[in-house]
Amino acid sequence: MNRTARGDGGGGGGEVKLALRGVSMVFQGDAGRVPTLDAIDLEVRRGELVCILGPSGCGKSTLLNIVAGFIAPTSGEVRIDGEPVRGPDPRRIFVFQERGVFPWLTVEGNIGFGLGGLPGAERRARIDRYVELVGLRDFEHTYPHELSGGMKQRLEVARALAVEPDVLYLDEPFGALDSITRLTMRVELLRIWEAERKTILFVTHDIEESVQLADRVVVLSARPARITRIVEIDIPHPRDLSSPRYLELRDGIFEEIGVAHRI
Amino acid sequence: MSPIGSSRRPKVEGRRLPRAAIEGLLLPLLGIGGGLAVWHAAVVWSSTRVFPSPLAVASGIGELARRGVLPGYIASSLLRVAVGYGLAALAGIPLGTVMGRYRSAGTALNPVVQLLRPISPLAWIPIAILTLGVGDGAAIFLIFLGAFFPIVFATMNGVIAVPAMYVQAGENFGLSAGALLWRVILPAALPQVLSGLRIALGIAWIVVVAAEMLAVDSGLGYLIIDARNAGKRYDLVVAGMVLIGTIGLALDRLMRRLERLRSVRWGFHNE
Ligand SMILES: Nc1ncnc2c1ncn2[C@@H]1O[C@H](COP(=O)(O)OP(=O)(O)O)[C@@H](O)[C@H]1O
Ligand SMILES: [Mg+2]
Repeated sequence: MNRTARGDGGGGGGEVKLALRGVSMVFQGDAGRVPTLDAIDLEVRRGELVCILGPSGCGKSTLLNIVAGFIAPTSGEVRIDGEPVRGPDPRRIFVFQERGVFPWLTVEGNIGFGLGGLPGAERRARIDRYVELVGLRDFEHTYPHELSGGMKQRLEVARALAVEPDVLYLDEPFGALDSITRLTMRVELLRIWEAERKTILFVTHDIEESVQLADRVVVLSARPARITRIVEIDIPHPRDLSSPRYLELRDGIFEEIGVAHRI
Repeated sequence: MSPIGSSRRPKVEGRRLPRAAIEGLLLPLLGIGGGLAVWHAAVVWSSTRVFPSPLAVASGIGELARRGVLPGYIASSLLRVAVGYGLAALAGIPLGTVMGRYRSAGTALNPVVQLLRPISPLAWIPIAILTLGVGDGAAIFLIFLGAFFPIVFATMNGVIAVPAMYVQAGENFGLSAGALLWRVILPAALPQVLSGLRIALGIAWIVVVAAEMLAVDSGLGYLIIDARNAGKRYDLVVAGMVLIGTIGLALDRLMRRLERLRSVRWGFHNE
């Protein structure tokens, strides 16, 4: 496990933004205790893009919900900038799959949702900037049900970015999109990340996706999730998906997870 | 494309735009015309002396219009509905919201609401007259009862069905409890609330007629009972019925208009 060397991406050396210490979660299900997270320790640096990778049902969403402050862990703690997390906070926005956009608001209304406290002109400027950034120009007055899945996902990212948070949590954000749109969205996300330098925690069950995006990939075991390995992706962006290094890292993770990558 | 040419196309394909427009006008007119014809024929063949023919009813409506009582009667009925229904919405939407949002309130109040809901507002007539006397108070109270429970029920269900994700997103953006209710939960539940409001308005319009037959001396319900009592004028009775049906239909159309507003249209799948 290598925490000091960096791939490309992410400014400012090694300042820890987000730290998990012994985070464990046990749900009380109908059929008894469901141990879901087992002593997760992790540090994420400011401006880093970390992918959390694991099989479906292993506890990734649970982990992200704990980090975001929506649920409290059974034991352990999460600190951000040294402060323990006690609940959701507008400085750290959770992006659901595209279903999180508000259908009763236009594109403009969604992006401006978290900007209630700003004076009118500034609010307008902010909306304008993020409409542009995610490529929704000319759709400002459109309602979400008239948008494609990819556009809705970009809208939700724009709504999150508009409040200028310093952390983004993304829970399989592109999982519901078709494979072509998904690739475009990854490029978009990297472009936005380069422009805005947010700290990003990105949950996925897609090995390729994690190796394409992340500075580091945190590999989780099946439930109860433990960190089995943290893989540094030391390939600069834009990444060549047929380079020997990419294939080597990807195949290493395939092996780690114990699935065949030949069909 | 002529509407008759439709038989050339397989039935399952459904309506195309130009045809739909013609059918949308033509078929209802055909239905109404057919209904009137059957009505007329039935009156003629049965040689009834009581039941009026369509023409007699039309001239009855004309007579009422000439007498100048119609605007007043229609306004009285609409006003009673506006007050009773308005109060039901004013009380029912907040109560339904609380019951849907707070589990303990829902659990405590739901049995009461469920028990009262199936009781016809007409069953309350003796109590309404006993406590509020014969008059507008009793009529409005009955309308209120008829509209209140459907509104509470629809609002409660709408609020319960709001996806947790919307609430989490609202909390994430730092909304207070009040702002969360106003900016997330109510807009998310609004399509269901509107459906409840539409059903409730239909019930209110049914109840107002019954209430006016008993408790007051104005309005369309009174018109009907008065036409029978003062000289067995069944042409005027049916004329009143036709007016009630027409206005009820218009009110329903108005509510459907609301469902097409852009900020709620997402909640109605029939498009
Ligand atoms: N609120 C809850 N109550 C009980 N069990 C839960 C709850 N939330 C999640 N779980 C369980 O925790 C496990 C992990 O779920 P989740 O974090 O959603 O997995 P992932 O996102 O990796 O697919 C699952 O077995 C799920 O059934
Ligand atoms: Mg999940």
